[in-house]
Amino acid sequence: MSALADEHSPIALRGPPAQRRHRLLRASLRNPSFLIGLVILLVVIGVALTADRLFPGDPQDMVGTPALWPGQDAEFLLGTDSLGRDVASGLAHGARVSLLVGFSAAAIGLVIGTLIGAVSGYCGGWADTLLVRLTELFQTVPTFLLVIVIVAIGQPSAPVIALAIGVSAWPTVARLVRAQFRSLREAEFIAAARSLGYGAPRIIIHEILPNALAPIIVTGSLMVANAILTEAGLSFLNMGDPNLISWGSMIGDGRPLLRTAWFLCALPGGAIALTVLSLNLVGDGLNDLLNPRSGAV
Amino acid sequence: MTVPLLEVRDLAVGFPGQVVVHGVSFHIDPGETLALVGESGCGKSITAFALMRLLPPTARVLRGSVLFDGTDLVTASPRVMRGILGKRISLIQQEPMTSLNPVLPVGAQIGEVIRRHEPVSRAAARRRAEELLDLVGIPEPRRRAAEFPHNFSGGMRQRVMIAMAVACQPRLIIADEPTTALDVTIQAQVLDLLDDLREQFDMAVLLITHDLGVVAQWADRATVMYAGRIVEQAPVRPFFRHPRHPYTRGLLGAAVNEAGEAEGGHYTTRRLNEIVGSVASAVGEPGCPFAPRCPDKIPACRAAPPSLEPMPDGSAVACIIAARPEVAHAAADG
Repeated sequence: MSALADEHSPIALRGPPAQRRHRLLRASLRNPSFLIGLVILLVVIGVALTADRLFPGDPQDMVGTPALWPGQDAEFLLGTDSLGRDVASGLAHGARVSLLVGFSAAAIGLVIGTLIGAVSGYCGGWADTLLVRLTELFQTVPTFLLVIVIVAIGQPSAPVIALAIGVSAWPTVARLVRAQFRSLREAEFIAAARSLGYGAPRIIIHEILPNALAPIIVTGSLMVANAILTEAGLSFLNMGDPNLISWGSMIGDGRPLLRTAWFLCALPGGAIALTVLSLNLVGDGLNDLLNPRSGAV
Repeated sequence: MTVPLLEVRDLAVGFPGQVVVHGVSFHIDPGETLALVGESGCGKSITAFALMRLLPPTARVLRGSVLFDGTDLVTASPRVMRGILGKRISLIQQEPMTSLNPVLPVGAQIGEVIRRHEPVSRAAARRRAEELLDLVGIPEPRRRAAEFPHNFSGGMRQRVMIAMAVACQPRLIIADEPTTALDVTIQAQVLDLLDDLREQFDMAVLLITHDLGVVAQWADRATVMYAGRIVEQAPVRPFFRHPRHPYTRGLLGAAVNEAGEAEGGHYTTRRLNEIVGSVASAVGEPGCPFAPRCPDKIPACRAAPPSLEPMPDGSAVACIIAARPEVAHAAADG
């Protein structure tokens, strides 16, 4: 691998970092699955950001004849649901909730998991034993049940849902990060870092974390996807934020009409699938791009 | 006499259930190169890591003191140690291929050392890093500073390691077999570079090696360790002219040299001298650890480990026969 990189280095790494960033861009352009994922994700993010402008007003408002099929009425391109709400508007506003909950839940899970995994893996000893037991304790509880319990105890609002998903998702990250830290802490460059008088926080953040980042990023993108799915599941069960429209609640609302108006389930379902797929593609692509030894840079 | 920069007194290091360094004492003067020689597993690396308090988690310093510029490194707080390491004592490791962080540009890694120990701006640290790369003989330092370790060859990486080690102009550099992983031509370049920098910055070097050729060329004094003890210590000239300890004589006799070739052909055809037995025989030996393998041993050798006796020419030896020739004669007579 390194021989390959060495071969590329005279051309690939010439010049200051700014030029290298251009090369990172160019390398990403050569990675089609990453590009497709990125485009889908950017479209979803764009729709979420401009939802207010594209579809002004509350998406929960009943604006048209109920159960219009897509294309039946030019005003409601994607039709209306059983209560006469605009499906297109619901999808756009739902993207907002899904992404917001997805990203913040993943961020919460990543921060908790990385922190616990890093301390556990780097320090070892009794701290490690304690934190591993804690992680295992959380892993024995079924994730979705834990989320439901936390949401049931708190209120079904978007921040609580994000927190619940984040809190239930961190053990995966913690285990991954711990394994990375355990192997990296024995690396010679960490011994070298100690011999330079670096303290534990600096070694953890500056020396080891960048080396462990690639798998964390990949897991992070999968966590966003999982969080979106979990949020959709919650909303489908009517445990989501009742004041916000979400893809999951749209599927739930469309379920009684599944045989007559299947698009009510299919459209938000497709949106979820597409978003989750795009996140997976982006995560995989980032893994290839961010690894300095992969030779892609 | 000058005040030694580093003075190690009776340092003993043990792993659970086993003592690996049995009270070694030596000193390093400012600006000199002391070679610590010995075969694998004799405790030379452990001794060096004990000086820096970087022992593996299970190892413990059992007794002794390490005075460095007036500070006892054995009892210093971790905070004080972190202030000394990298700033006043730095380490060059054996494996240049794995001793650099693979995901950070080398310039940033050098700059980080400087910023850790000196209050300088990021830009100033970067400039210093580029100067250091230039100093250790890396062409186009500006461009190379932005590159990653995998873009450098082994010898180049060791140069980068040296740049990091001298970044804060330490008083002492501990070089743990710095050239073992490099081929011979690069070895000489790297050691010459280290020696130049030592003179330029007036640093002392503790050179850990098992290569006697390296000792002869670059060290001022040599200290030989065997089974966790210092058996001989001497300035390089008497060390090679008149090795006193039978182990040192064995080591020198086992080397491929011109004298051997003059006597009887090339090393490929002539059988090399060996020291019979293995270092494992020192385990459980109550007396001199080398006694089981020693060609000159007398019964008294098995009684107690000999202490390091100073000799008139400035060397010291831990061997009752070499230190007091009359003992050997008395034993032979009696």
